[in-house]
Amino acid sequence: MFDALSDRFERLGASLRSRGRLSEADLDEALGEVRSALLEADVELGVVRAFLDAVRERLSDRALSQSLTPGQQVIKAVHEQLIEVLGGSVLKVTYAPRPPTVVLLAGLQGAGKTTTAAKLALWFKQQGRQPYLVAADLQRPAAVEQLRVLAGQVGVDVFSELSDPVAVARKGVAEATRLGRDVVIIDTAGRLSIDAALMEEVRAISEATSPLYTFLVIDAVTGQDAVFTARSFHETLELSGIIVTKLDYDARGGAVLSARGVVGRPVVFASSGEKLADFDLFHPDRMASQILGMGDVMTLIEQAERTMDQSVVAESAGRMLSGTFTLDDFLAQLNQVRKMGSLGGLMKLMPGVTKEMRSAANNIDEGELNRVEAIIRSMTSRERRDPSIIDGSRRTRIAGGAGTTVNAVNQLLKQFTEMRKMMRQMSGGAMPSLPGGTGRMAGLAAKASQMKNESMPAGFEALAAGMQSGAPVRPTGPKNKKKKGGRVTPPKQR
Amino acid sequence: MTLVIVIVALVAVLALGVVVVRGRSRARSLAPLETPRAPMPEILVTDIAARPVLGAAPTLQQRLGTSRGVFDRVRQLSGSALSTEQLDVVEEVLLRSDVGVATTNAILAELRANGAPDGVVATLRATLLDVLSADRTVTRSAAEGRVPVWLFVGVNGVGKTTTIGKLARREVAEGHSVVLAAGDTFRAAAADQLEEWARRTGAEIVRAAEGADPGSVVHDAIGRARARGADLVLADTAGRRANSTNLLDELSKVRRVADRDPGQVVETFMVLDATTGQNALSQAREFLAAAAVTGIVLTKLDGTARGGIVVAIERELGIAVKFVGVGEGADDLITFDPAAFVDSLLEA
Repeated sequence: MFDALSDRFERLGASLRSRGRLSEADLDEALGEVRSALLEADVELGVVRAFLDAVRERLSDRALSQSLTPGQQVIKAVHEQLIEVLGGSVLKVTYAPRPPTVVLLAGLQGAGKTTTAAKLALWFKQQGRQPYLVAADLQRPAAVEQLRVLAGQVGVDVFSELSDPVAVARKGVAEATRLGRDVVIIDTAGRLSIDAALMEEVRAISEATSPLYTFLVIDAVTGQDAVFTARSFHETLELSGIIVTKLDYDARGGAVLSARGVVGRPVVFASSGEKLADFDLFHPDRMASQILGMGDVMTLIEQAERTMDQSVVAESAGRMLSGTFTLDDFLAQLNQVRKMGSLGGLMKLMPGVTKEMRSAANNIDEGELNRVEAIIRSMTSRERRDPSIIDGSRRTRIAGGAGTTVNAVNQLLKQFTEMRKMMRQMSGGAMPSLPGGTGRMAGLAAKASQMKNESMPAGFEALAAGMQSGAPVRPTGPKNKKKKGGRVTPPKQR
Repeated sequence: MTLVIVIVALVAVLALGVVVVRGRSRARSLAPLETPRAPMPEILVTDIAARPVLGAAPTLQQRLGTSRGVFDRVRQLSGSALSTEQLDVVEEVLLRSDVGVATTNAILAELRANGAPDGVVATLRATLLDVLSADRTVTRSAAEGRVPVWLFVGVNGVGKTTTIGKLARREVAEGHSVVLAAGDTFRAAAADQLEEWARRTGAEIVRAAEGADPGSVVHDAIGRARARGADLVLADTAGRRANSTNLLDELSKVRRVADRDPGQVVETFMVLDATTGQNALSQAREFLAAAAVTGIVLTKLDGTARGGIVVAIERELGIAVKFVGVGEGADDLITFDPAAFVDSLLEA
């Protein structure tokens, strides 16, 4: 997400760093770059201006710090301002003292309200709540049906009937109360554009159900119009926050900044993929780091925690460190990773990953992962424990069993062997053959845990140390980010 | 394949380390890790140019007219030498319409170089019309003995299926017989929606089960059209991200199937939501490469969005807008008229 913006900032950072001091003209040029970057990312013009003024102010306020070069100061000011514009801190979701907590979703047609409703239901379910969905979108043919299908996938009930939307919403909430559900999510109709009838309908639903949260669902690819949409809804509904969808498109996501900047309400959730699990609270600080190309380990950590089976992972972790990692472990991990969401999405959170790798990861589809799984499953358990026994005839058999070519089997085995070798080196503290990326990763993971005053288990420390030795991580913020940019390519891509 | 392993390894190494760390620490103690909450500024920006709220108008001309107050400011400018201030206004107007930085800069450079002998508005109008000069003819006929196919592509939620319904209605009203191919086999209920349109317009529809191969649906529709002697096949496809090579490959395949005898793809329309910003340009680029897009259907232009990005698309990729959607009614899909588009921008 925000790829376009990130790229621009990365380039800006590189050009600024080479200067010892910044003249007024340099600063103007740098801010001009920031302006173009924001505009190209669809940030609304007024928001851009306000943003630049604020950055300028930050720079003039600040007594020139001795430890930072002028270039770093500009980047720091941009970063800080990004965090502020994105909303400061994470919204803490609280619940109504008298359940159910009603959540109302509003937005234009095609923004992804219905899918968001299902994703939100899943999210509440993961918080230990019992959500209930109300399909009050009676405008669009098949919207109710779509919600039912999606709700079925997350295991949440849907209320709907063919009457008027306000009645459906009211009855839905009553039904949820009767069933003892504590969260009710109401999906409303979208229109092609803001019009009086739409606003009236959604206002009436809001009055009838008095929602605790009213979220505007907005498409990340929206252009300058985002501001108008956000403001219109805010005037009618008194929004409590914004949900951004389709952040996974090669998106610029400027709409997020604009909408947030205009209505002054935080972005609460973000949806970053087609899978129902690709949905989470929006963290402004992390997003700001992502925009500036710093990765986002915290989100990755939380996603892992939420979805991974810890015992499975811990077990194979041990073997990974001791160098006895088997194809069975690999398969188990592959499945754990798949549970976390799309690989493309995960790669975006990983710091130090190049754009090429990210876009390549985007293109890995389920089918490809299935093929890997099929190959491993076509091996006997002995073969999986000890791939070295797999000779020519076994390869042919495996390829036949997995419905693929011997070449694909060869490739998988070769890569697996290399990966195992890499792991052994890492746990032994030697320089890993996979440079940059993993080093930074481990470093950041270590930093993340230090931040929380936690010490790491011995094994992981060794792992981290091993990886860091390959690429020492310097402690200062954005400075070392850019340096690695181009070096993270895996040994044999493709 | 190689990449899968590298990536899984990367993710796994990090994630498992993290899980182990977290698992341990949780057992020990739970230190609060809340960051202090900064007071949130209520309104950060107040100087957004005022735009009229709510209100619906049926025609493109009126619609564009009502929502374009900023252009008034350009209109008031006159004289042949452009001041910095004048250029700033032009820039603001173009950027606010989603025309984009690159195209805006190109237009500004042109204004700067040539001046504006007939006034800024007339010159800007001419410049914009100059950009919007691609061929806008819509092809309905295929080679002898082939069935003409219109293929519709686009990202999710732009209104592909609705566009097909409306175009089907148009074509049927003009006396053509139309077969609809429900090639969106991915989205829950997309085929139902198209079937509803078929029922309303009297067009025929070919559909298959959810998850079926879209290529085969299109192929069947072409076969049906040929057997019935229908004039045109309108083929829907599933909405897809424009940055996923696999999905784009699938789209190329659908196009190849549709283009095989007896079918012939005579138009590939990219359906684009007028509210889309600069991302539309990369969408157009990707779909052009994958499916040889021949025209754009710009939907949802009845809103407050200006759809200025089509200027950039036409300038950079030469893809012409052929139809625009100006309302929710079945007849609100009209032929794109560049002069009206630009005029209503400038003559509010």
